[in-house]
Amino acid sequence: MAHGPAKGITRWLYTTNHKDIGSMYLWFSFAMFFLGGIFALVIRAELFQPGLQIVDPNFFNQMTTMHGLVMVFGAVMPAFVGLANWMIPMQIGAPDMALPRMNNWSFWILPFAFAMLSSTLFMDGGAPNFGWTFYAPLSTTYAPPSVTFFIFAIHIMGASSIMGAINIIATIVNMRAPGMTYMKMPLFVWTWLITAFLLIAVMPVLAGVVTMMLMDIHFGTSFFDAAGGGDPVLFQHVFWFFGHPEVYIMILPAFGIVSAIIPTFARKPLFGYASMVYATAAIAFLSFVVWAHHMFTVGLPIAGELFFMWATMLIAVPTGVKVFNWVATMFKGAMTFETPMLFSIAFVILFTIGGFSGLMLAIAPADFQYHDTYFVVAHFHYVLVPGAIFSITAGVYYWLPKWCGNMYNETMGKLHFWLAFIGLNVTFFPMHFSGLAGMPRRIPDYNMMFADWNMISSVGAFLFGAAQVLFLYNVIATIVGGKKATDEVWENPEGLEWTVPSPAPYHTFSEPPEFKSSH
Amino acid sequence: MSGGTYYVPEQSKLPIFASFGLFLTVFGAANWMNGNSSGPWLFFAGGLTFAAVLWNWFSIVISENMAGLNSPQLKRSYVIGMGWFIFSEVMFFAAFFGALFYIRALALPWLAGEGDGVDNVLLWPGFANEWPLMTTPDMAANGEGATKVGPDAAMSWPGFGGLFSWLPFWNTVVLLSSSVTVHFAHTAIKNNNRKQFNIMLGVTVLLGFIFLFLQAEEYIHAYHELGLTLQSGIYGTTFFMLTGFHGAHVTMGTIMLLVMWLRSVLKGHFKPDDNFGFEAASWYWHFVDVVWVGLFFVVYVFG
Repeated sequence: MAHGPAKGITRWLYTTNHKDIGSMYLWFSFAMFFLGGIFALVIRAELFQPGLQIVDPNFFNQMTTMHGLVMVFGAVMPAFVGLANWMIPMQIGAPDMALPRMNNWSFWILPFAFAMLSSTLFMDGGAPNFGWTFYAPLSTTYAPPSVTFFIFAIHIMGASSIMGAINIIATIVNMRAPGMTYMKMPLFVWTWLITAFLLIAVMPVLAGVVTMMLMDIHFGTSFFDAAGGGDPVLFQHVFWFFGHPEVYIMILPAFGIVSAIIPTFARKPLFGYASMVYATAAIAFLSFVVWAHHMFTVGLPIAGELFFMWATMLIAVPTGVKVFNWVATMFKGAMTFETPMLFSIAFVILFTIGGFSGLMLAIAPADFQYHDTYFVVAHFHYVLVPGAIFSITAGVYYWLPKWCGNMYNETMGKLHFWLAFIGLNVTFFPMHFSGLAGMPRRIPDYNMMFADWNMISSVGAFLFGAAQVLFLYNVIATIVGGKKATDEVWENPEGLEWTVPSPAPYHTFSEPPEFKSSH
Repeated sequence: MSGGTYYVPEQSKLPIFASFGLFLTVFGAANWMNGNSSGPWLFFAGGLTFAAVLWNWFSIVISENMAGLNSPQLKRSYVIGMGWFIFSEVMFFAAFFGALFYIRALALPWLAGEGDGVDNVLLWPGFANEWPLMTTPDMAANGEGATKVGPDAAMSWPGFGGLFSWLPFWNTVVLLSSSVTVHFAHTAIKNNNRKQFNIMLGVTVLLGFIFLFLQAEEYIHAYHELGLTLQSGIYGTTFFMLTGFHGAHVTMGTIMLLVMWLRSVLKGHFKPDDNFGFEAASWYWHFVDVVWVGLFFVVYVFG
């Protein structure tokens, strides 16, 4: 297998190579990250001051909706799949993904799906404006006509995710190097195995709920219409049965990335490997029995409120195990603070803050106060931005030298980190306060009393956005030039990916490597 | 792959064209539903593109296997892939079964005044919980002015006396028999008995067609004589969505088995130790069978 990549555009269109497909996923995700970021900045610009200045309320609603959809389905999920494509075969010593053509199909569905979703912005009646959670009847009876295109975009994105997840499971189950038993797999591989299971379990449920919407809108069914015996709350149950595992789909691979980076820069093996695996599995299991904590205020029976409250609080236990293990890994380590490590430490601290506000929201009686306020916005941005986004960023800085053979500029990396770190805290920390004071979500205008915190949030958002332009610059500068990276890149990092040259050859591990584990 | 143990295919045009075909199909469907005249054209053009790509894709996979390119490890990947695909289908049906359980166990009792009863008093006075739901909340509250109207009759259990003239019973007999015949076909090919394989698989496909014919009869009967349609409130909704998605899967499964039958009869494909194409289709067939058993009890017998 001596030959390298094909020449020209067809290399990317027709490829079956996991590294090419991984790169396409990552660049696609980066583009969607900026698109969703622009939507976010429109929101923050409008909210800079009370009153209506820049956009009309309907367009504001389209921005909140599209920001959420693009970030969840376009930025975070494809970024993790991109990292999985690049790293899983290299970490388990496989020549490629198990089903390489289906792999490319999974990717190429996404540009079509997002072109269709984005085109709704230019349709009569505008883009979807009912929030990324698209609650019925806002998304059915009162939806713009573009909702039909939104539904089909979700359908094909779901097909892409399911095929991607099947591929990842087949790869991990079937293609590990001899000697790599399940309990010797790197944690990124473990977390992705469990994530892929979650994807296959819940993406069909998402397909089901948008199909019910489609039938209610166009074919006169009564799923979400009480007049015919249905129930709008049914929508929320089915949606969140998908939606809650979905939030773990966006965080479990992050746990895997951070569990790879912290040991490298603490120069100690990961503390509590087995407990990390079991904690991940426990979180995944619990994710199926907590969905109604998103629905405490819709009028659940008291038994439902209590069950979902307690089940939700249980999640803090395995999550706490993980945070403890990361801290214990760093304890008395010979730590250095390169860019991936900075992002990882920020991940541990800030994700934990998001976890604590999640615990507050889990308390059903307290949630009646917090529900649909900016406190919720602060909570889920604290788990998603320093959780998902920071871990992806950390993973990119950590593995980029292996991908392209060049070291990134450490000073520029650190500058990116500090701007992003300050920007995100300035943006989202004040939202706790405005939310507790009663500022509602998804509203273009607000009471004067919230003006100060909103202005600070908006300034922070633009700082965070600017920091990401620096990220783009750093990535491109590293790809086109920079100091040559060694094969190991870091000091004694663990994992098969560091045993191959930098940049990694187009085809790695045509023959299964010898695997020896240190733990 | 030279010297390697795992066959990594060369570059392929299939995925990008499959993506384009899939996109055109759904883009056309959305335009069609929104009343744009280009919709049906785009939809059928996309569907044809997609079907053509899949035809090619399966042909290539088959010829690769016949050429001996597939290692035992790659074959295992196909097995794992099919298994998890069926699991995803299980979860899709779970969403619709779950919706039915929620409606019957929680939503309708609440609408009828259970609990605090406020919905019933303020919004749907006079609505009473029943299943099958013949009188919708809209009818109870608004009488003649109702727009969401229930069916005239339902598809319920006729009692043991009427069992043999009850169509769902015969559908169950047909589908369960087909699961047995497809299993016999599998045993036959493992014993290298080509003739019995062809007969048993042919009978399975025939039973699939009979099921679909009976299901179509049932739908015509429901629409024309029972006033039972997709629009007949939540009973019509759940009845047609559950049985309809099942029927769509039976259609898929019948096509898959028909292709396998043609491959065997016309081309002599499948060997005693190498028949996963057929086996995957038979797994799918057993899966739609299991779903039917669930439907038979939940939608028909206890419906």
